[in-house]
Amino acid sequence: MPRVNPIDTEYFKDERKAGDFTVIGTTVQRSDALGHVTGRTEFFEDRTFPDLAHVKIHRSAHHHARIDSVDCSEALKVPGVLRVITHRDVPSNWYVVLRLIGIEPNDEPVLAEDRVLYKGEPIVAVVADSEAAAIEGAARVRVGYTELPAVFDVEEALAPDAPVIKQAGTNYFVYEGHHARRLRFGDVERGFAQSDRIFEWRYSSAPIEHAPTETTGCIVVPQSSGRLLIHSNTQAAFFTLDNTALILDRPFTDLQVKGGTVGGGFGGKVDVMVEPLACIAATLTNRPVKFVYTREEEMQVSSPRAAERIYIKDGVTNDGRILARKVMLYVDAGAYSRHSPYGTTKACAHLPGPYTIPNVYADCHCVYTNRTPSSAMRGFGVTIADFALESQMDRIARALDLDPLQFRLRNAYRDGDLKAHRKVAEGTALIEVIQRAAALVGHELPDEYLALTSTTPRGEKA
Amino acid sequence: MKIVSLRVNGAGQAFIARPGTTLLLALREQLGLTGAKRGCAQGACGSCTVLLDGQPVVSCLVPAVTVDGAEIATIEGLADGQVLSDVQQAFLDGFATQCGFCTPGMIMSAEALLDRNPDPTRDEVNEAISGNVCRCTGYEPIVSAVLDAAARRRSRAGEGAKL
Ligand code: FES
Ligand code: FES
Repeated sequence: MPRVNPIDTEYFKDERKAGDFTVIGTTVQRSDALGHVTGRTEFFEDRTFPDLAHVKIHRSAHHHARIDSVDCSEALKVPGVLRVITHRDVPSNWYVVLRLIGIEPNDEPVLAEDRVLYKGEPIVAVVADSEAAAIEGAARVRVGYTELPAVFDVEEALAPDAPVIKQAGTNYFVYEGHHARRLRFGDVERGFAQSDRIFEWRYSSAPIEHAPTETTGCIVVPQSSGRLLIHSNTQAAFFTLDNTALILDRPFTDLQVKGGTVGGGFGGKVDVMVEPLACIAATLTNRPVKFVYTREEEMQVSSPRAAERIYIKDGVTNDGRILARKVMLYVDAGAYSRHSPYGTTKACAHLPGPYTIPNVYADCHCVYTNRTPSSAMRGFGVTIADFALESQMDRIARALDLDPLQFRLRNAYRDGDLKAHRKVAEGTALIEVIQRAAALVGHELPDEYLALTSTTPRGEKA
Repeated sequence: MKIVSLRVNGAGQAFIARPGTTLLLALREQLGLTGAKRGCAQGACGSCTVLLDGQPVVSCLVPAVTVDGAEIATIEGLADGQVLSDVQQAFLDGFATQCGFCTPGMIMSAEALLDRNPDPTRDEVNEAISGNVCRCTGYEPIVSAVLDAAARRRSRAGEGAKL
């Protein structure tokens, strides 16, 4: 195969087997592209069934409220409405998507019971002959509320006088008995005392919606064998199968998930939001059932990337060595856990960035607020932390009048360095990447920086 | 209920239009042509683009009852057997598709552009696909593929003229 982008295989040559890298740099056609350009790729919604029923949801009108009453009588009168589904119809109503890897407690109801924690939270599902009847039915559900004080800010949610919104009793996820995922290495206070300068800044980001062109959805088809066949655009077929079976209280073998064709995901289709209710509706009506988000639902209630707030305090010598880094990081999980406890752990695992810093202290909080639950999105936990860390690096370099690349090279981690998590760094390659990037953009580096390699140990004093 | 007769990709077709049905739903659910996609059902994303009497339209906003007697072209009608249209081939060769959900609509907008303007500028391509949202690929490879398709079509027309 001809190489379109020749790659430089001289780097780390001795660490690889001969014959590696035969594909990188060559053109390989996507296996699905012919289907895409001819319109033959089969997305979940491209299947039609003559007796297809549709699910639509009545959603919370408030950010935080007690539910006093739910009246479905008008919904049931709409011609074409087949069933309404409330939490009583959900065999195992409470879940957390990562429970099979030990995340607990189950903190989210499939359908709300006595309270709602975010605007748009599902309360009643309506199954109907047609999409229009389902929409009409969902609109006619009447819910009585008593509004409760809501909290929308991560730091306000942690204040002592904040309303506690979670039944577990804290507005934060508890990590092995602690209020945050913690990182402790060396002694930051001593590091700050030894430093010439202290720099402390705050970084924050807003939630980001994945906005896939194909909205989240599935079609569930009851099989003559009694199994349920789920055509889904999930990015996570096995999460979907496991969580759906647990919610249905049925053996995993009762379900079959057909997926893998995703019209844009970016992490937004891993939450298992539509399949459980579609399965319940299909079981109750014994008909194929479609549950697909409208564009409005995709934007309003599908989980976005978490908003984050990050404070970074660094102690630095005048010649650019970072001696201490303290990070206070807050992930806005929104109302429910979804993937955020894991995302926050990832954020913590990523600190203090790809730099060897002798003293590190971090508290990474997974905080609950009355906002739309956030969840996975491309590198979640890491992406925003990187934005903050690298902005911090640039600002410090500017403040000390140092070249930003030299400042990074000075602190770059190297193979053999002990990371703040007590792992020995290997395969770092950061130094070589910076050197090469500098050369490509014509950014000159002094000889002493060109002589650095990531495989040369840092030595005691560096 | 009304019986709508029309031509789709050159063949005569008919369907019963239920009240409120759109051209998109009729194509997908009644005529079995699922190439046009529903991304928003509100005219905002372009995934449902087909050609109505040669003009690109967002079929999710076209009431089905209004297309009686019309000529519709969809992505399914572009290839001649195994031979792709120039736009399809250029999208394939130029890696102008990723998840593929926007691709049928994007390609139909491009076909309409090249039918009326065989030698568009980059700006004219941008303009022609401005109603088609792609969330994955990035527009650069898409625009380049449309320009590449235009060049392929022109050279094919040139060859034809020489014969
Ligand atoms: S589905 Fe028609 S424009 Fe989006
Ligand atoms: S390829 Fe996914 S939206 Fe364009």
